[in-house]
Amino acid sequence: MPSLIDLVLEGRTSRQHMPWPRTVVDASVWAFAANELAQGRWSLLGLWGEPSTAHMAIIDRDTTEIAVVSIDCPNRAYPSVSKHHPPALRLERTVNDLFGLSAEGLPDPRRWLDHNHWGIRFPLGDRIDALSIAAPYRFLPVEGDGVHQIAVGPVHAGIIEPGHFRFSASGETVVRLEQRLGYTHKGIEGLMRGASIERAAQLAGRVSGDSTVAYAYAFSRAVEAALQLVVPSRAVWLRALLAELERLANHLGDIGAICNDASFGLMQAHCNVLREDLLRAANSAFGHRLMRDVIIPGGLARDLDAKGQSAIRAALANVQARFPELIELYDNTASLQDRTVGTGTVAAAMARQYGAGGYVGRASGRVFDARRAPGYPPYDDLRFEVPVLEEGDVNARVWIRIREVEQSLSLANQILDRLPDGPLRVPVSAEAGPREGMALVEGFRGDIMVWLRLDGGQVDRCHLRDPSWFQWPLLEAAIENNIVADFPLCNKSFNCSYSGQDL
Amino acid sequence: MVVISDIIVLGVQMLLVLLLAPLLTGFVRKIKARLVRRQGASVFQPYRDLLRLLRKEVVLAENTSWLFRVTPYVTFAAIWVAAALVPTFATGLLFNWTADLIAIVALLGSARFFLALAGMDVGTSFGGIGSSREVMIAALAEPAMLLVFFCIALVAGSTQLSTVANFMGSSYVGLRVSLGMAVIALIMVALAENARIPVDNPTTHLELTMVHEAMVLEYSGRHLAMIEFGAFLKLLLYISLIACVFLPWKIALFGTGPLAYAVGAGAYVVKLAAAGFFLALFETATAKMRVFRIPQFLGAALMLGLLGTLLLFVSRSF
Repeated sequence: MPSLIDLVLEGRTSRQHMPWPRTVVDASVWAFAANELAQGRWSLLGLWGEPSTAHMAIIDRDTTEIAVVSIDCPNRAYPSVSKHHPPALRLERTVNDLFGLSAEGLPDPRRWLDHNHWGIRFPLGDRIDALSIAAPYRFLPVEGDGVHQIAVGPVHAGIIEPGHFRFSASGETVVRLEQRLGYTHKGIEGLMRGASIERAAQLAGRVSGDSTVAYAYAFSRAVEAALQLVVPSRAVWLRALLAELERLANHLGDIGAICNDASFGLMQAHCNVLREDLLRAANSAFGHRLMRDVIIPGGLARDLDAKGQSAIRAALANVQARFPELIELYDNTASLQDRTVGTGTVAAAMARQYGAGGYVGRASGRVFDARRAPGYPPYDDLRFEVPVLEEGDVNARVWIRIREVEQSLSLANQILDRLPDGPLRVPVSAEAGPREGMALVEGFRGDIMVWLRLDGGQVDRCHLRDPSWFQWPLLEAAIENNIVADFPLCNKSFNCSYSGQDL
Repeated sequence: MVVISDIIVLGVQMLLVLLLAPLLTGFVRKIKARLVRRQGASVFQPYRDLLRLLRKEVVLAENTSWLFRVTPYVTFAAIWVAAALVPTFATGLLFNWTADLIAIVALLGSARFFLALAGMDVGTSFGGIGSSREVMIAALAEPAMLLVFFCIALVAGSTQLSTVANFMGSSYVGLRVSLGMAVIALIMVALAENARIPVDNPTTHLELTMVHEAMVLEYSGRHLAMIEFGAFLKLLLYISLIACVFLPWKIALFGTGPLAYAVGAGAYVVKLAAAGFFLALFETATAKMRVFRIPQFLGAALMLGLLGTLLLFVSRSF
């Protein structure tokens, strides 16, 4: 069996791509890679386009080697990956919507992000005028006696992001769920083109509000990889502190929100108090509750002083003291367990096939955490466990979060104990010539991938891949044969990002 | 003179339930908020909500029929009448001869019948889901409630609420297993009928999990005010019913004069507050059931009612 390295040697390797290799291949090698993905030896990390090139990032499951393969498509077409490997489907539809690159043999040619409201088609490619009236979006047909459709969204009753869910139900049982997303498309990849690195970093931090630290982290790491910058160690450690604080706050919010969707508001009340405490500590330490724009390419925008440090320590101690009681409350409330156990199960094979990251993957037996492998500093110096469960139901996803809260508490304390002194950032120099960089950073949802090409201090092309791309389809699978009324609970246990995948 | 004072007392009773119902709901909400460390809205917020809704314009879907428009009034009237029939602070009121347990079940049943039809009238999927779930619950809650009432009637020798209350207040009752089962069953039915946790969540925004709220999702303005008011009244009705049958403490007997009426009214408010507090406490400590768990829950209520009734027969045959 060829390894990823062999594949890389097959093609024309790009010299400026860091830290992992990128190689330009022909159609047969591309198809071979797609086939290997389908066989399950490799996992898809991302698939994105450029006006006349398609790229695909791949990770080897066993060795966690990473490589990017690219295919030139002068005829605006490339062999479809999703024909063999369904997880690429929505990504290929998106590449088509944005760039007009068509995947040959694409099983589902409907548009994905393009809802015909842009006025043009292929905004990052040929920019042709759109027809004023487009054909209506056809949902997949479901046939059978007594099957009826329930249309939910894109406007929901709660304060959540917009997305359309089309249920085909037989009585209360869901026969099929089909998602339609793209309502929060902001054109971030278009805005990135030609932006200065400083502005692009701000844009990256605004892709998905709850993961602003993780996105800024990933973007900065990609820039630093491309320019081969060495970040001062104080900044490296503080970045991890920011990331763990964000993870803690989001997991606490999620645990409460999942329980609230089973109408157990007590848990949410307690969790929100803890979350709020953390956010206020972050505000006093870093000047922003969600710590936005603190991480910048080259280092950190602001330092952590002694006062901020003690505020964070106090908040962490507060969570540490009160969280065990909440775990007990969750575990001992039979009516709550009755709702979460066995609901919305994701099969381990599905999680593996889709390469689902974060709690969705780890609750279904997929051992993957970007902090561990491929890994990045300072996590190689820190002690932490990656919790993994096999059940794959709502309960397992809650437990993964609970365990990760405990790990993050420990990590944050370790970082504070060992925080080195020194400078906070290095200047980002504008070097001529194209430089490509890539980074994989573990956000609270899962691994966020950023790929970019810089040219003379400007971003030439930047692609940000949210973990939700590989989690949303699993939600469709998880809800099958569950009842309609359990969907909110399942959905909350996934808590996928709309904004992150709509870009 | 007697007739006039009877009419006055009855009028007071009808107005009392009307005035107290929103307060009770406001009180339950306030307690629930305080239990999860929130400030919560004022206990008078439901009154303000009703006034706001009454002033708002009604928005109707194009394909609504007359049924959709009359349902709010029909359900409100039925529930109000039922609530006014249950002795709250005094027994032996003017219309108490009509205050029959079976009649109350029938009134509530017809209110639900219209609401379920109206839910399907607009033809949206949520209305249909709500109606189908509501009817599924009702199909089990109604027989359970009837069995509870049979059990009570067998003990008290009448289905008339005044007689039942008088009997229960007397010393002939003693401690009976059947009545214990009946009260548990009735509380379970009351939770289900009032769309409370664990059967339904009255405060949820998740349209897919709703039962009662999904059914009335299309209502607005004064129609919604009527339906909300009906829901407030229904909660009051069930608490009054449980209090009247199983806890007729300090309830004023027929013709005992204004002082007894005042004491009865005071005791009634205390009972409402206690029931509201326990409801809030229970709702805070429990998660909602899965929809398909509800038949088991109500099936247990049905069995308790049946068992209570059977036990009476068995004990009597000796």
